[in-house]
Amino acid sequence: MKIIVLVKQVPDTEEERKLDLGSGVLDRGASERIIDEVNERALEVALLYKDSNKGTEVVALSMGPESVIQSLRKALSMGADSAMHVRDNALAGSDVSRTAAVLAAALRNTRFDLVVAGNESTDGRGGVVPAMIAEHLGLPHLTYLNSTEISDTGVSGVRAGEDGTLSVHAALPAVISVTERVAEARFPNFKGIMTAKKKLLEVISLSQLGFDPALARMSSSVVVSTSERPARTAGKTIVDEGTAGVELAEYLAAGHLI
Amino acid sequence: MSNILVLIELSNTGETRNTAPELLAVARRLGTPVAVVATSPVGSAGLAAKLGSYGAAQVYLVESAGVGTLLVAPQLEALAAAVEALDPAAVLVANSVEGRDVAARLSVRTGAGLIIDAVDLRSEGGRVLATHSVFGGAYTVESTVVGVLPIVTVRQGAIQDRAEAVTPSVTETSVSVQAANAAVIDAVIPAVASGRPALRGAATVVSGGRGLGSKADFILVEQLADVLGAAVGASRAAVDAGFVPQSSQVGQTGTTVSPQLYVALGISGAIQHRAGMQTAKTIVAINKDADAPIFDVADFGVVGDVFTVVPQLIEAIQALRQ
Ligand SMILES: Cc1cc2nc3c(=O)[nH]c(=O)nc-3n(C[C@H](O)[C@H](O)[C@H](O)COP(=O)(O)OP(=O)(O)OC[C@H]3O[C@@H](n4cnc5c(N)ncnc54)[C@H](O)[C@@H]3O)c2cc1C
Ligand SMILES: Nc1ncnc2c1ncn2[C@@H]1O[C@H](COP(=O)(O)O)[C@@H](O)[C@H]1O
Repeated sequence: MKIIVLVKQVPDTEEERKLDLGSGVLDRGASERIIDEVNERALEVALLYKDSNKGTEVVALSMGPESVIQSLRKALSMGADSAMHVRDNALAGSDVSRTAAVLAAALRNTRFDLVVAGNESTDGRGGVVPAMIAEHLGLPHLTYLNSTEISDTGVSGVRAGEDGTLSVHAALPAVISVTERVAEARFPNFKGIMTAKKKLLEVISLSQLGFDPALARMSSSVVVSTSERPARTAGKTIVDEGTAGVELAEYLAAGHLI
Repeated sequence: MSNILVLIELSNTGETRNTAPELLAVARRLGTPVAVVATSPVGSAGLAAKLGSYGAAQVYLVESAGVGTLLVAPQLEALAAAVEALDPAAVLVANSVEGRDVAARLSVRTGAGLIIDAVDLRSEGGRVLATHSVFGGAYTVESTVVGVLPIVTVRQGAIQDRAEAVTPSVTETSVSVQAANAAVIDAVIPAVASGRPALRGAATVVSGGRGLGSKADFILVEQLADVLGAAVGASRAAVDAGFVPQSSQVGQTGTTVSPQLYVALGISGAIQHRAGMQTAKTIVAINKDADAPIFDVADFGVVGDVFTVVPQLIEAIQALRQ
C-alpha cells in the first residue's frame, strides 16, 4: 500500500495573520509558517495504518515556496518515508484551481493507492482541493471524514454532514479528506528526527511534471480589493460581587437584547 | 436576463435544505434564478411549488438512480447537465460539505472559475463580484473570476434578503451516473433535532467552553439559550470533551457566526475561537479568569463563576420580562 498525504504549509493560527492590502495575498513575513494541524492529523491516519501494516509506504506531498521544506522535514520526522515538494516560481499566488491541477499532475507521475488530505486549510478555508484532485484523476472522493477505516482494497468512514453524518465507502485508489475529529497527531521522536535527515525529499519543477501553466487554460479567481476591518476593542468588565447576573440582565435589556 | 443556476440540496428526508431561499435570493439579484435538483425516481411532490415560493423562475428536476446511495455524483451530474443545457452566467451552491464537493468537481470538469465562501454577491459591468470575510472577519476581500463561468459557494446564513414568490416553469430530465468513480453511501445517521435555532444565521448564540466542566453541567448553557431563544454553540475544547456534538463548534475550524448577541460562558477566547465569532454585534463573556483573552473582545464582561452568575442572570431576565 502506498499512501500519499497532502501537506499544506499555512501561517500559524496562534498568531495574528495578515493579508497584503495591495495584492490581497498572504503576507508571508507576518507569521510563523507551520504544517496545517489537520494535515498532521491526515499524516497520522496514514502512519497508524503503516504501524499495523508492514510494507506500507507513506509519502508527504506539498506544493509551495522554499519554506515548505521545513514542513516536509517535520512530516519525515513524524514517520513519512519520503517527501515530494512541487516548487516553481511560476506557482506564486496560485488559486485552488491551479493548486489542484498541479497536485493532480504530481500524483499522475507516481503510483499510489490512497491520497489523504485535510478537509479544509486554515488559511484559505477552501475545502475543495481534494475533490478537485479526485475529478482530475477520475477517482472517487470521500471528503470530510470524522473517522476512517483503511483496508487492502477500500476505504470507509463517517462523513460529516449538515444535518447528520453518513457512513460511506469507496474502492481504492481513492482520494479522502479528514477533519480535525480524526486521531491527534504524534510528536516526532529523537530517532525520527535523526532518520528524517537521510530520507528522500524530492524537489519537482513544473517542467518535470510536464505542466505548463500558460497551456493549462483554466479560469481563475482573482482578488479585486482588500480592506482591513478595525479591530474590536474591549468594553466594560465587572467583577462579580454577588449581583453580576442582575447587572448583565440590565445591560442586555438596555441594549434591547432580551 | 441570463440564467443563474442554483443547486438545491435536499436533506436526508427529501426536504429542501434551508439554504435554498438564500441562494435563490442572491440568484435573483444576478439574473433569472433556476433551481436545479437531483431527485430520485420516486420524485418529490410539491418540490417545484416550494422552490417557486423561494423565487425560482425555473425548476430543473434531474432524475437519477444514485440519489441517496451515491455520494455527490447525482448532484454533480444534475448540475453538469443543467450547465450544458442552460448556458448560465453563474452557478451558485451553498458553502456546505456537499455544495463544496459538487462545486469542486464541476469546476474541474467545465474549466470554470471557483469562488469559495462568498458572504455577498453582486454583478457589476457584466461580471460577478463576490465579497469574502477573511481570517475571522479581520479582512474584507472582493474577488471575481477571470475566464469562463463563475461557480460560487455562498456562506450559509450570510444572505438575509429573500426573493418574491413566483410560479416557476418546470423542466424534467434525467441523467445516468457512473458509479465507478463515486463513493457509496452505506447509512445515514440523522442529527438529533434540538428544537433550537440553527447555529448558522442565528440572531443570538450562547456558547459554552471547557469551563462548564462536564456534559451534565453544560445544560446551564442550554438553559440560558432557551431563555434567550438562542442557538447553542461551543468551543473546540467543549466538543473534544464530548459535552456537545461537533456541529456546535464555533471558530476557525467550526462554524462562523455573526449574531446580534454572542454570549461566551467558560470560554477562554483563544484566537481560533475568536475567529468564528468576533464579528458579532454585541459580545458578552462570563469567565472566572480576569486575564482571559475573551474579555479583549467583549462589550460586557463578567469576571465570575458561570454556576453562580448564569442562574442569577436567567432569573433576572425572567423578572425583567414580567
Ligand atoms: C488549527 C486549530 C484550530 C482550532 N479551531 C478551533 C475552533 O474552531 N474553535 C475553538 O473554540 N477552538 C479552536 N481551537 C482550539 C483553541 O486553540 C482552544 O484550545 C479552545 O478554543 C479552548 O477552548 P475553551 O476556551 O473552552 O477552553 P480553555 O482554554 O481551557 O478555557 C476554559 C475557560 O473556562 C474558564 N472557567 C473554568 N471554570 C469556570 C467557571 N466555573 N466559571 C467561569 N469560567 C470558568 C477558565 O478560566 C478558562 O478561561 C483550534 C486550535 C487549533 C490549533
Ligand atoms: N499547496 C498545497 N500542497 C499540498 N496540499 C495541499 C495544498 N493546498 C491544499 N492542499 C490539501 O488540500 C486540503 C484542503 O485544502 P483547501 O481546499 O485549500 O482548503 C489541505 O488540507 C491539504 O491536504
